[in-house]
Amino acid sequence: MAFWREPLDAQEIQVTKGIVYIIEDRCKGCGYCIEFCPKEILAFADKFNNKGYHPPFAVRPDDCVNCHYCEIICPEFAIYSAEDPQSSTTTPPVNPF
Amino acid sequence: MKPAVLTGEHYITGDVACAEGAIAAGCKFFGAYPITPATEVAEHMAERLPDVNGTFIQMEDEIAAIASILGAAWTGTKSMTATSGPGFSLMMENLGLGVCTETPCVIINVQRTGPSTGLPTLTGQGDMMQARWGSHGDYEIIALAPASPQDCFYHTILAFNLSEKYRVPVLVMADEIVGHMSEKVIIPDASKIKLIDRPKPRGRKDRFKLYEPGPNGVAPMPAIGDGYNVHVTGLTHDERGYPAMSVEAQEQMMTNLKGKIRNNLDDIIETEEYKMDDADIVIVSYGISVRTGLTAVDEARKLGYKAGLLRLVTVWPFPEQMIKDIAERVRGLITVEINLGQVHYEVERCAGGKAPAYLVGSAGGKIIHPDKVIELIKETF
Amino acid sequence: MTKNPKKYNKQPVHPLDDLIRTDRIPHIWCSGCGIGTVFSSCLKAIKATEIPYNRFTMVSGIGCSARGAGYVNLDSFHTTHGRAIPFASGIKMANPDLKVIVFSGDGDLFAIGGNHFIHAARRNMDITVVCVNNLTYGMTGGQVAATTPNNANTTTTPFGNPDSPFNLPLMAYASGASYVARWTILHTRDLTDSINEAINKKGFSFIEVLSPCPINYGRRNKEKPLDTLKLYQDNTIIKNGADPVTADIDFNRGVILGKFVDTERNTCDDMYASTCHRPCSDD
Repeated sequence: MAFWREPLDAQEIQVTKGIVYIIEDRCKGCGYCIEFCPKEILAFADKFNNKGYHPPFAVRPDDCVNCHYCEIICPEFAIYSAEDPQSSTTTPPVNPF
Repeated sequence: MKPAVLTGEHYITGDVACAEGAIAAGCKFFGAYPITPATEVAEHMAERLPDVNGTFIQMEDEIAAIASILGAAWTGTKSMTATSGPGFSLMMENLGLGVCTETPCVIINVQRTGPSTGLPTLTGQGDMMQARWGSHGDYEIIALAPASPQDCFYHTILAFNLSEKYRVPVLVMADEIVGHMSEKVIIPDASKIKLIDRPKPRGRKDRFKLYEPGPNGVAPMPAIGDGYNVHVTGLTHDERGYPAMSVEAQEQMMTNLKGKIRNNLDDIIETEEYKMDDADIVIVSYGISVRTGLTAVDEARKLGYKAGLLRLVTVWPFPEQMIKDIAERVRGLITVEINLGQVHYEVERCAGGKAPAYLVGSAGGKIIHPDKVIELIKETF
Repeated sequence: MTKNPKKYNKQPVHPLDDLIRTDRIPHIWCSGCGIGTVFSSCLKAIKATEIPYNRFTMVSGIGCSARGAGYVNLDSFHTTHGRAIPFASGIKMANPDLKVIVFSGDGDLFAIGGNHFIHAARRNMDITVVCVNNLTYGMTGGQVAATTPNNANTTTTPFGNPDSPFNLPLMAYASGASYVARWTILHTRDLTDSINEAINKKGFSFIEVLSPCPINYGRRNKEKPLDTLKLYQDNTIIKNGADPVTADIDFNRGVILGKFVDTERNTCDDMYASTCHRPCSDD
């Protein structure tokens, strides 16, 4: 993330790493998750799901910060993220709510 | 605080008797909207419900009143509303919701003359066909017709019992005269009043199906919060209660909805007879018009006619077989009702030409004089 | 047993799967429709209260939004058009321990059901009303609603809507609601927090959520779903505590979002208990 100045506590902040899960067959291809992902990690897949829509896929999965925004804006319960258990052991799990 | 059952002799109106019957039957929720001549039911319920830890709420219209009692019914509460013609019309859509979702509740209709605002508020029995078919679609319903304040008390209890047993809204089709007249009402000891509660589900919650018929065709009904996570919808639904948009699902649902009533007619239908043993002229009547019929039978007998009275306590479902049987052996059937022919046509249909069916009706506003029946008997027989 | 904890052989279930009837998914809502987002927020809010699920019940009327009740794995009621609030009022008054949520649309709650809304607010009925406002009747194909902006095109206003829309937060406030807020589906975190707050609030709570109807409203008014969301992003202003009089919807001027009202007032069931349930009576 770009800052106009380095935050004073930059050293203490640990950015959570997330894994994004996509239930492709629930997707109806609205693109909200792709458009509003703050890290812009998603894109439409070329393939079709069983309803004939292009589901999203993670172009840059390693950039996911587990913010849950895709999960919360998805009207279809088709995408969600979870904390990557490997990312950090010191950071407490982020309460998604 | 008064007890639920006010055992003793009372001199009260039919409306108040309906309210006392409801309280005695365990009614704990009343959704009201004032309308003459049914207002006194609401007034008395407002007074009495706190005694039994129940809730009274006056809603913003009759649509809200019936919607509120349907909601209350799903908390496991016995609930009721009371209205008259115009309010009854407003309730029709949600009456259908009650039928479709198999929600037990009681609706008292203290009938007045219509159409529209009509004669506020003189008597009438013109809502009988609306009671049967008023909500859109095909369905079965139960309607009772009290002829006195004492009946009002018992029929309201009976209405609750039938509605709980068969999971269907039950209509008590009183009328202005019955509702407003005061007579002696004997309220028995609480132990003498038999009450029926809706069947409750047992067994595993994950296997529970909301509309899976029980032995008598009626599905057990959980309350909100019991943990069954039911979905209740007015859409055509399958046995789980889930919307099912198919011809097959519609047929299955209608089979269940109609079957639970049609297959239990013997248990549901109640009639009373007066001097019917040797009668060859049978007066068929219900509600306040029963009183016309009773006097007419006695007067006709004095004149040498073998008249008898069949009183329909349950008007809907209609006692078709009974009318058919009677038609086989009598010279004629005379329906007495304060309208210009509603139940009469049912009698005629069931008589099926085996015996002629006649109507002594009126446009409404007052009880029919027995002389009108006698005139018809003299002219015809 | 797990030999390689780095790899997930099985994908974990969606965090809301315990609250949805997964056997009924996919739901009927169109691609780009915002109702699913509002619904999802509502379920997250329910979850976040940590109140046992069997104390919740969801009631809805008729319309696209009203189908929500059919997807939530709670005791849920899909009632008649416009009558969700009186049905919910009956539930609440008969069992005040329940948390009753009405989830429905603008046509259902404010046209055919408008009278019930103002009276439930007047009584301060302790229920939470979540209104998905998509500015139209979606299920019937996009007719003019009581919330459709002036001049908008709908199937029944082919020359533009000659009528003016309701200001819903103002109506809720004027009718006596204890909690009034407005969000859009883009502000879904605020929305979730707001619904959570409303569920915990004693009294009549009302949350309006602006949501796109791309098929039946957007299409006729030259708005693609993402255009609508851009409007929500660029032409809205969050002003908590704003005067509801200023809350009319005009995207040219900027639509005010936020919590407008949060007051304390005795609820209908409390008042009934204290007024009518006498400890003893003279007679």
